[in-house]
Amino acid sequence: MNIPNNLKYTKSHEWVRLEDDGTVTIGITQHAQELLGDMVFVETPDVGRKLKQGEECAVVESVKAAADVYAPIAGEVAAVNPDLETAPEKVNQDAYAAWLFKLKPVNADLNHLLSAADYQKMLESEEDS
Amino acid sequence: MVDFGGWEMPLHYGSQLDEHHQVRRDAGMFDVSHMLAVDIKGETARDFLRRLVANNVDKLTQPGKALYTCMLNLQGGIIDDLIIYFLTESHFRMVVNAGTADKDMAWMLARRDEIAPGLEITPRRDLAMIAVQGPNARTKVWQVIAGAQTATENLKLFQAAFFDEYFIARTGYTGEDGFEIMLPAGDAADFWNALHAAGVAPAGLGARDTLRLEAGMNLYGQDMDETTSPLESGLGWTVDLKSDRDFIGRQALLERPAAQQLIGLILLERGVLRSHQKVTTPSGDNESDGEITSGGFSPTLNQSIALARLPLTVSAGDEVQVVVRDKMLRAKAVKYPFVRNGKSLI
Repeated sequence: MNIPNNLKYTKSHEWVRLEDDGTVTIGITQHAQELLGDMVFVETPDVGRKLKQGEECAVVESVKAAADVYAPIAGEVAAVNPDLETAPEKVNQDAYAAWLFKLKPVNADLNHLLSAADYQKMLESEEDS
Repeated sequence: MVDFGGWEMPLHYGSQLDEHHQVRRDAGMFDVSHMLAVDIKGETARDFLRRLVANNVDKLTQPGKALYTCMLNLQGGIIDDLIIYFLTESHFRMVVNAGTADKDMAWMLARRDEIAPGLEITPRRDLAMIAVQGPNARTKVWQVIAGAQTATENLKLFQAAFFDEYFIARTGYTGEDGFEIMLPAGDAADFWNALHAAGVAPAGLGARDTLRLEAGMNLYGQDMDETTSPLESGLGWTVDLKSDRDFIGRQALLERPAAQQLIGLILLERGVLRSHQKVTTPSGDNESDGEITSGGFSPTLNQSIALARLPLTVSAGDEVQVVVRDKMLRAKAVKYPFVRNGKSLI
């Protein structure tokens, strides 16, 4: 399972990266895209929308099912990935390159999020149950 | 893997989209052994079926010929949809859905005791069934079953023949050419592996669903059930009301003409239609507007399509609105099927 060490994670399978310019980039993990299967539609939030932590803000739909994406931290949507409108399959091809949206965070503290090791542990315990 | 009518079945073997395209463009195979073959044997077989199902088995005159039909309850609701093969005057074979197999058997045995005591009705759990579908499906089957070509190359659509230990039918659930093949369950794994070696790609339930949706074929439990009549499920063509044959459910159908219809939808905006989404129509009165019975993404058309049960006032070409999460999305009503033999019909 590919879980890059330089990213943070959520229990709801988003990955989070703090950029040098202070924005935060968000996508879904490789595990999440595997569970969903072939992606056919991605709906991203409007730029400028203010999100609370944990708010539903995007949808990824595969041939199988639709899944909500939640804001890992509070912030204002600064950008969305324009490629995904016409090529949602990029999420399957490389989940960590196919980011969904960027946030200008209210507070760039990511310490409440999971580390790669924590996320890995969570996936392993899910498999056991 | 998912549970399907009590059977543990694969949704896909890798990529559902690839499996879908493989069937449209070349050949794919589905293990459909969960479906139940039932043999009906005895002198009264045809009389029994005349009464049991809504389509008319008198259309079956040539050995091997198949008929698609609904089996109705007294209220005209659909107990199951099935295929009946005519083999000889004293031997018919039907294939019923997995999830309904137990109740179908119970219903048929009870009707048998009333109508045709002595008729043998035998579930054939000893048979496996593999559907090989796609433009190259038949050729690849012939490569695998030596000698089968001569026996099956002249089969018309909806016709079947025995060859050796195989029962080979030119039927399917994908809108493509191909065969559905029954064989002894113990030989199924070897047959599957031989087909795989011949270049037939395994395909799962996911692709089976997108293929049948594109082909405009109903799924029992989703597009129809015991509360819906075939006339409201796009299956009026399978109901024989012309002859005065008194099949079970006939009276109810005559007393209860269709109030709704099954019609196709194509989403005009980005998104994915799913079953149970509400549909509002320009001519509807809100309360009786309809809902999507089957929806999904069409890999062939590269857009979302659905079957929806809507008021009779809606016609092909009309625009309707579908509630997708918190949005109203525009969709166009169309005649289905959407895709046949690899080509868009839209």
